[in-house]
Amino acid sequence: MTRRITYREALREALREALQQDARVFLMGEDVGRYGGTYAVSKGLLDEFGPERIRDTPLSELGFVGAGIGAALGGLRPIVEVMTVNFSLLALDPIVNTAAMLRHMSGGQFSVPIVIRMATGAGRQVAAQHSNSFEGWYAHVPGLKVLAPATVEDARGMLAPALADPDPVLIFEHAQLYNLEGELPEKVQVDIRSAQVRRVGRDVSLITHGGSLPKALRAAEELAAQGIAAEVVDLRVLRPLDDATIMASVRKCRRAVVVDEGWRTGSLAAEVMARIGEQAFFDLDAPLARVCSEEVPIPYARHLEEAALPQVPKIVAAVQALMGKGQ
Amino acid sequence: MIPFKLPSLGADMEQGKLLQWHVKPGDAVQRGQVVAVVDTSKAAVDVEIWEAGLIHELRVQPGETVPVGAVLATLLAPGEAAPAEVPAQAAATPAVAVAEPVAAAAPVVALAAATRPAVSPSARRRAKELGIDAEGLRGSGAQGAVTLADVEAAAAQRSAAAAPVDRAQAMRRAIAAAMSRSKREIPHYYLSETIPMARALAWLQQHNEGLAITERILPAVLQLKAVGLALQRVPQLNGFYRNDAFEPATAVHTGVAIALRGGGLVAPALHAVGSKPLAQLMRELADLVQRARAGSLRSSEMSDPTITVTNLGDQGVEAVFGVIYPPQVALVGFGSVAVRPWVDGGELRAVPLLTASLAADHRVTDGHQGALFLAELRDLLQQPEQLAAGADGKETKA
Repeated sequence: MTRRITYREALREALREALQQDARVFLMGEDVGRYGGTYAVSKGLLDEFGPERIRDTPLSELGFVGAGIGAALGGLRPIVEVMTVNFSLLALDPIVNTAAMLRHMSGGQFSVPIVIRMATGAGRQVAAQHSNSFEGWYAHVPGLKVLAPATVEDARGMLAPALADPDPVLIFEHAQLYNLEGELPEKVQVDIRSAQVRRVGRDVSLITHGGSLPKALRAAEELAAQGIAAEVVDLRVLRPLDDATIMASVRKCRRAVVVDEGWRTGSLAAEVMARIGEQAFFDLDAPLARVCSEEVPIPYARHLEEAALPQVPKIVAAVQALMGKGQ
Repeated sequence: MIPFKLPSLGADMEQGKLLQWHVKPGDAVQRGQVVAVVDTSKAAVDVEIWEAGLIHELRVQPGETVPVGAVLATLLAPGEAAPAEVPAQAAATPAVAVAEPVAAAAPVVALAAATRPAVSPSARRRAKELGIDAEGLRGSGAQGAVTLADVEAAAAQRSAAAAPVDRAQAMRRAIAAAMSRSKREIPHYYLSETIPMARALAWLQQHNEGLAITERILPAVLQLKAVGLALQRVPQLNGFYRNDAFEPATAVHTGVAIALRGGGLVAPALHAVGSKPLAQLMRELADLVQRARAGSLRSSEMSDPTITVTNLGDQGVEAVFGVIYPPQVALVGFGSVAVRPWVDGGELRAVPLLTASLAADHRVTDGHQGALFLAELRDLLQQPEQLAAGADGKETKA
């Protein structure tokens, strides 16, 4: 039995379940309470759980993320919502220098079991300062776990293992996915270790995550009509990367295109490609390729924004070039 | 730079596999020199080059199969500077003086020095396992790279070529294609003529008396010579039908149908038959048959025939009506020479007779010209001394 549900509802159900099951869990962030969350994820939770556990915060990421880390150190299980990844830059110091490093700095005496949720990505005409995809930056940092749910099942299921993890876990929710609808199985069982093959193919691996997953799946559909069987790998976990699943797919397909909404230079895509080069070089039958965002601040104008982001035709063209077609 | 391309060695040839190079970069070559051995589906053929020059680069490596028209090698025309020598020259002379030639030559040198053929990592590994030279293959992948599939296709082709059964099948297919095309496209008409051979045979017997077996002239040579001379009188039967028009040939190169021991058939050219003495034709025919069966024909022999002659007399058949080998426009068939009743001067005699036939392309000639040709052939075979005399001076080797 499955039921149809939106990504947003799936996140809310996960929050409610966590709040119900563990008295140490609380949600805090800008507008999460009375307003119901900027993306309406926590709508209704204030009435249900009260202001002790659904806490609106002042506009200071540095302050409330730091407070969340303190709460975690004090034995609670905070879920901190940072409205978007763009504003998380104000909290880089507590996230990177404190949460990620405290276990190491204390010789293992302290752990920081915090979960930080944030929206990421572009595509909604909110201009450069609200359209960044910085999950790849966080995936650079040892001590963090970085998750990117791209399906309703992952939206529903990733929070529980994230809370159970003794170390800080960052969950990136692509802003264009909140309205995504999907079938949710009755029993949700997901891990926060593995990548998943979302579509089986044999000619090329499309390796992607988050908001680019639906685009990769549509590209695979178009390629199938051209006789090219693309396999779509959803990374899901950006740190640590599941090398085994990536390499198994690449060894089978022998060609790979990484689709990543981050900028190309120094990107997560670059890291995935480097690992393939290190671990599966002799299995490759074509150069590695990637479809990333153009290296510009994401434009406000719709047509320019669309041109700057990875899109289905760009993915299809990249694959065709690898197949020796269209040349 | 002159490109040396894989020639078409017959209407049924679409591709060829390079077996061997007889030259290497830097070698000087002459017009007509055999430079490579190429395997068509029919035979291993010695391919000649028709430009003189200096071999610059071998583009195709042994084992590689390429389509007709593919550039096998490049050569430098006499006097053309080899690009590779330019840098040495530059080093020996002041930079300013040679700035221009260096700039012009630089891209060529950079390409030759800096790139190796693109072979994907998995293709390279697989090629090593299979013992295939991946760098010599034609790439179908991204940026023209040789892919795993290219290597495996080359391996499959190699094993197919190695299997004798498949080779016979390939030849059968090639013959099937050419003959089907012929019957599909060419409106054949057929004529036959019975030719008394008493004089010709008597002359031959006299001529051969006292000669070593290897020097004796066979009746087949006399027939070929007669065909060559008769075609000079009816040139409309000698040439090619291409692009909806007849292209007469300048010389008569008869394709001689030769059955191969393993089955199948080739019809390489005996060049300029009308203008050569019988003894020379005999030597050349013996050589041609031997090389056809050994599989070492020359490219010009495969591509030059302007008409085909088939002789099934050895098998004892009375007459043969052949299928024209496109784009040729006629085929002459000879049956066996047998003693049969013949009326000559009002008297019934036992005479050695030969049935000559003509299959001709009705798009080019009509029965009238065909009949003229057979009559000419008959008359020539009544004057063996004239055949022996050879050339009438009009014909030269193309």
